[in-house]
Amino acid sequence: MMEFINFYLIPGLVLGSIYALGAIGITLTFSILRFANFAHGETMLLGVYITYSLVQVSGLHPLLVLPFAAILTVIVVLGIDRAFYKPFRSSPTIMVVIASFGMMLMVRSMVQFIWGVQLKGMMPGIQRPMVFFDSLRLSPKHMLIMAAAIVLMLAVHYLLSRTKIGKAMRAMSDSPELARLTGIDTERVIRMTWIVGGALATAAGVFLAIDTHIDTNMGFKMLLPMFAAAILGGIGRPFGAVAGGLIIGIAEELSSYPWIGMEPLLNPGYKAGVAFAIMIGMLLWRPSGLFKGKVF
Amino acid sequence: MDQLYGLFLYGISLLTMGGIYAILSLGLNIQWGFTGLFNAGIAGFFAIGAYVSALLTTAPSLRHLGGFELPYVVSFAAAMVVSGIIAWSIGKVCLKLRSDYLAIATIGIAEIFRLIFKNETWATNGPRGVSMIPKPFESLPEPWNHLAFLGLVLAAILVIYLLLETARSSPWGRVMTAIRENEKSAMAAGKNIEKFRMEGFVVGCMLMALAGAFVAHYLKFIDPNATDPMTATFLVWVMLIVGGSANNRGAILGAFLVWTIWSASEILTSHLPGDLAIRTAYLRIFLIGLALQIFLQKFPKGIFPEVRPKPERRRDSLGESSVR
Repeated sequence: MMEFINFYLIPGLVLGSIYALGAIGITLTFSILRFANFAHGETMLLGVYITYSLVQVSGLHPLLVLPFAAILTVIVVLGIDRAFYKPFRSSPTIMVVIASFGMMLMVRSMVQFIWGVQLKGMMPGIQRPMVFFDSLRLSPKHMLIMAAAIVLMLAVHYLLSRTKIGKAMRAMSDSPELARLTGIDTERVIRMTWIVGGALATAAGVFLAIDTHIDTNMGFKMLLPMFAAAILGGIGRPFGAVAGGLIIGIAEELSSYPWIGMEPLLNPGYKAGVAFAIMIGMLLWRPSGLFKGKVF
Repeated sequence: MDQLYGLFLYGISLLTMGGIYAILSLGLNIQWGFTGLFNAGIAGFFAIGAYVSALLTTAPSLRHLGGFELPYVVSFAAAMVVSGIIAWSIGKVCLKLRSDYLAIATIGIAEIFRLIFKNETWATNGPRGVSMIPKPFESLPEPWNHLAFLGLVLAAILVIYLLLETARSSPWGRVMTAIRENEKSAMAAGKNIEKFRMEGFVVGCMLMALAGAFVAHYLKFIDPNATDPMTATFLVWVMLIVGGSANNRGAILGAFLVWTIWSASEILTSHLPGDLAIRTAYLRIFLIGLALQIFLQKFPKGIFPEVRPKPERRRDSLGESSVR
């Protein structure tokens, strides 16, 4: 029982919160800018490497430099939007999807060019997990990641439900034409979407890097689970994305638990396939997702 | 003389690989150019074709499934059929929805294939890959074996090109264009959009599998890295956009052109010292990505823009009706 919690459920929750943060950005871009952003995983990657460099220079804890890394990442993302996505605002959305697909490879290859492809560690050394009630093992990094993720999710909730720009974002996600007619500055809303998405992606990437390591494929590996989480929760539903992220993170970890007999239920090599299976199942059963999102 | 002969062989290999990419590019042209579908998992269908054809033709081996030693005709056909069935099932889930979903699903399916090829060691020898794949005409003396293989690839392109051109100017092709341009009016005209899209998607994926089968036999080796989304999927997209989508000649030209630039620049950067050679390899990807963006924004029609087929003129009936 404790083995189940310590080695499957808790890692699943940690991974799930990371997916959740990334999926919020995906779901916002999908519903406000109306396209599936293939470069979102690479935004994450860029954020991680910027954080890595800042940590190397300053010697501070990654979470302390995270806000600065997020600002730098967001600046790059806004630049990308201006140069590569904005020209297609009035074109069929599939053009932006192609542009973001190209951007995915451009950002990744730039990261590989600048930082190289060797594995890196965000935090040196191995931390010993703390033991509660004799058997519950929690490592400090996992507690830190979950706490920070919860703070960020609450911040997003506050932004979307209490602030003016947040309400404008929700309005534009519901109906861009109506939002424009009511005098909402749509370009400003789009900027805010990139800011929120970019900052959350940086945070998610850095949490993943703290939990595991840094490599140049991490963004691409995150892409499918993040899309799956956004679709599972319903496009345009940030809290759906959080729920979807948690479900997929936990499902991925639990899929290799020996539910029947002694062998893992699913060969751990196929962990990455769980998100895909859930996504296809959802598209078949209910494309609007668990929380009645949009279907395009 | 030796150097000249080496250059000659390089030219043949350039044309052969360029030709295989042209098949991929023609396959994508059916999906994107004619039907308006975004396939982000070209590499997956390519790899399926490669593995199916490889496993059906290899001699018995302890490392992987094999020993069927079937003729190439059968293995190529099987590769296309398997890919077509997989495409059909993906299409069944996604073609009802907007093309973004198909893009996400195809990138996912390519990843799943990679996992299968990596993990099902009993069948595919896992990450070490399948080697000793037979190659058509390999018993011929050099350079004739290479030339004969190139001839096979070029013949395949010619056949596919002629078939696609016929399809394009047929009523089927015009319905495809109608759906791509204005889905709602095509629907109003009573066309079953999902069925036409499915046909475009499946045929495109079958061509991609054919290209995969060619690569497996050409290189005599295949491993899970064949599904690396970079080399296959992305290059093919660049080829089609640069060459000109919805134009079959553009698709072919784009493939040869981009492959030549890609391959030649690899030779240039590989001469750089150590770490620099590895890093500039990534710079190449960046630049080819930039080229895609520039074409997408500034020259969306590509080198050969789309030419709409003229509807067949029925002079008699027209003449009669004008008299009336």
